[in-house]
Amino acid sequence: MTADRLPATAKRGWSLYDPRLAWLLVAPAALLLICFMILPIVVMGIYTFYTFVTAGVEEASLTVANWHEFFTDSYYHGFLLKTLRVGMVTALICAVVGYFPAYFIWATAFRQKWLLLLLLIVPFWISFTIRTFSWIHILGEQGLINVWAMKLGLIEAPMQMLYTEGAVIMGLLHFLLPYMILNIYVSLEGIDRTLVQAARSMGCTNAQAFREVTLPLSLPGLAAGLMLCFVLAAGSYVTPQLLGSGRDALFGNLIYDTIMGQLNWPMGATLSIVLFFILGSVAAIYTRFMGMSQIVKGLGG
Amino acid sequence: MPDAMNLTESRPLAGASPAPATAPPAVEFRNVEVAYGKFVAVQDFSLSIEKGSFTTLLGPSGCGKTTLLRSIAGLVDITHGQISIGGRRIDDVPIYQRNIGLVFQNYALFPHKSIFDNVAFGLKYRNVPKAEIATRVTRALEMVRLPGSERKLPSQLSGGQQQRIALARAIVFEPEVLLLDEPLSALDANMREEMRVEIKKIQKQTGITALFVTHDQEEALSMSDRIVVMNAGRAEQIGTPQDVYDRPATKFVADFLGKANMLEGKVATVTGSVASVTLTGGQSVQITSPRQLSVGEAVTVVVRPQMLTTPPPPGASPLRGKVVSSSYLGGRVIYEVDIGEPALIRVNTAISGALAAEGAAMELGFAPADCVVL
Repeated sequence: MTADRLPATAKRGWSLYDPRLAWLLVAPAALLLICFMILPIVVMGIYTFYTFVTAGVEEASLTVANWHEFFTDSYYHGFLLKTLRVGMVTALICAVVGYFPAYFIWATAFRQKWLLLLLLIVPFWISFTIRTFSWIHILGEQGLINVWAMKLGLIEAPMQMLYTEGAVIMGLLHFLLPYMILNIYVSLEGIDRTLVQAARSMGCTNAQAFREVTLPLSLPGLAAGLMLCFVLAAGSYVTPQLLGSGRDALFGNLIYDTIMGQLNWPMGATLSIVLFFILGSVAAIYTRFMGMSQIVKGLGG
Repeated sequence: MPDAMNLTESRPLAGASPAPATAPPAVEFRNVEVAYGKFVAVQDFSLSIEKGSFTTLLGPSGCGKTTLLRSIAGLVDITHGQISIGGRRIDDVPIYQRNIGLVFQNYALFPHKSIFDNVAFGLKYRNVPKAEIATRVTRALEMVRLPGSERKLPSQLSGGQQQRIALARAIVFEPEVLLLDEPLSALDANMREEMRVEIKKIQKQTGITALFVTHDQEEALSMSDRIVVMNAGRAEQIGTPQDVYDRPATKFVADFLGKANMLEGKVATVTGSVASVTLTGGQSVQITSPRQLSVGEAVTVVVRPQMLTTPPPPGASPLRGKVVSSSYLGGRVIYEVDIGEPALIRVNTAISGALAAEGAAMELGFAPADCVVL
C-alpha cells in the first residue's frame, strides 16, 4: 500500500514487507539454532568415529568400532527396544486416558471453558523435577499408599512400587497428559457441530454419531498427541532416573552413564546420534502423514 | 423404544383433539412453546401442515422460525405443547428415531466421507441392504443432477453442488418431512435462484412434505404453498403467498413482505361499500374494505407502491405532494413523495411521459379496492 502511494525512491528503502527484513528478523533464531543445535550435532556425529582409548581419553583416529559395537552388542538393542516400548505404552495410555477430559471440555455446556483449559496448564507452574520427586512420597516404601494400606490392614509388608517400570510410566503420564489433552481438544474444537446434528438426524444414536463423525475428525489431534508423547517419553531422562531402578533405565540414562560414568565419549556420541535419528524419523514420518491429512482437512474446511 | 411410544400414545392429549376425519396432517404443532430459561423463543404456536405441501416459516432473525424447525428435528426441546408427525406424537421421541430429513445452511456434509457415503448415511442406519443402498444413492444423485460424483469428497464440489448433495442425503431415505434451514443463504445470488427452482422441482417430484425456513421474502413467495409469517415467537399470519402479500393481516406482515405504504387515519364517511378516510396530514383517500367500518374508527391503510399511480386513476381522490427523490429503473420509476404524512410515500409506477423532477408537485392515487385496511 505505502509503496504504491510513495514515489519510486521509497522502493529503494525499507518497507514493512521487504523480504530482506524477513531475513533480518529470522537471523537471530537461525544463528542460535546453527551454533547451538546443528553444529553440536555435527560435532557429535564426527565424535562417533573417534577411537576410545581409556576412560576420559580418546584419539582422533577415525574408526567404525563404535558403530560396529552398537550394531552387534545386544546390550544396546535391549535398551533401545525397552525405550521404544515404554514410549509407545506411555503414548497409548495418554491417548486413552486423555481423550475423555478433552472430549468433556469440548462437549460441556459450562461457559468458562478457559478455566478448564487453564487447569490443564496449572501443573506446568511447578518444576517438572519437583513433580517427579513427588511420586516418591506417594509410591515409596514409606509413601502415602503403602502407609495407608498397611494401616488399614490391606497388606502386611510394603509393596514395591517405586523404582519399577510402572512408576516410570506413571511419572511420564503425569508429565505428558496435558500435552495429549490439549492436542485432542484443539482438533475437536475444529469440528463443525452441525455435523454431529446431521448424523443424529439421519438415525445415529449419540454413540454412533461419535464413531462416525467426532472420532474420525479428531484423529489428527490424537495422532499429533501420540507423536509428541512418544518422542518426549522415549527421549526422557529425568523420570526414569528418579523413579526407575537401574533395570528400568531408558536410552537417555544409558547415554548419561556412558558419557559421565564410563567417560566413553565416542560411544556416548554414537548412542546419542542413534536416539536422535530414531526419534527424528518418527517425527519426520508423522509430519509426512500429517501433511497428507492436513490437506484433506484443509479441503474439508 | 416401543415402550416409550406406547407411553406417549396413552397419554391424554392436551386440548380438544379434533376427530380424525381424514389422514392426519404431515406435521402438526399444537400450542408449542420453547423457552430458554426466561427467554421465550416461541409461544403458543399451532400449525398443521398438509402432506406433500411446501410450507415456509418466514420472519426476521430471532423470530423463532429456526427454533421451531429445530424442535421438529429434535435438536431443541419444547417446553409446552406437542408436535406430531403423521399423527404420531414425536416430542418425546429421540432425534434419531424421528425419520426426518434435515438440510443445513452450511451443508454439513461429512468432510471425511465420500459423496456416496454421505448420501448413503441415512440408509445405512435404516439397515437397508447394500445393493439397494447403491441403487437408491445413484437415483438420488441423478435427481439432484450430480450423477457420477460418488467417489468425490465434499471439498471437491462447489457450494451449490454441496447443497445439492445435502439435499440428496436428506431425501434418499424418504423421510416423512424434509426440513430446510435457510439452505440458500450461503450461496451466491445466481446459484440461489437456480437452487430455488431445483428444490421446488424435487419437492414436487418426490411429493415430500417440506418445511422451509428463511428470512428472504422472495424465496418464501416463489417457493411456498403456504407461508407462516413469524414475529417475536408468534405466527403473525398463515396463508398462501398471495394471501399474505395482498391481504396482510397485520402491519408487521405488510411491512415485512415487500415495501408497503402505511397511511394512518380516521374513517370520515361510509357510503355503501366505500369509505373515506381522513389521514393524519389532512388529505383523504377512498377505500373499500370487506370489514364493516364505522365513522370515527382509527385505521391503517396499506398500499403497495405498485398500486399507486400518477396521475391517480379516474374516480380516486388525488393525494397531493412533492417529489423528494426518484430512481429510474428503466421502464419503471420509483418516486418518494412527501404528502404531509409522517412517512414518505413510495410509488413504483410505469413511466408515461416525462419523469417528474425532484421537488416537483405530484398528484397520485389508488383505486379504492387496491389497498388493505387494518
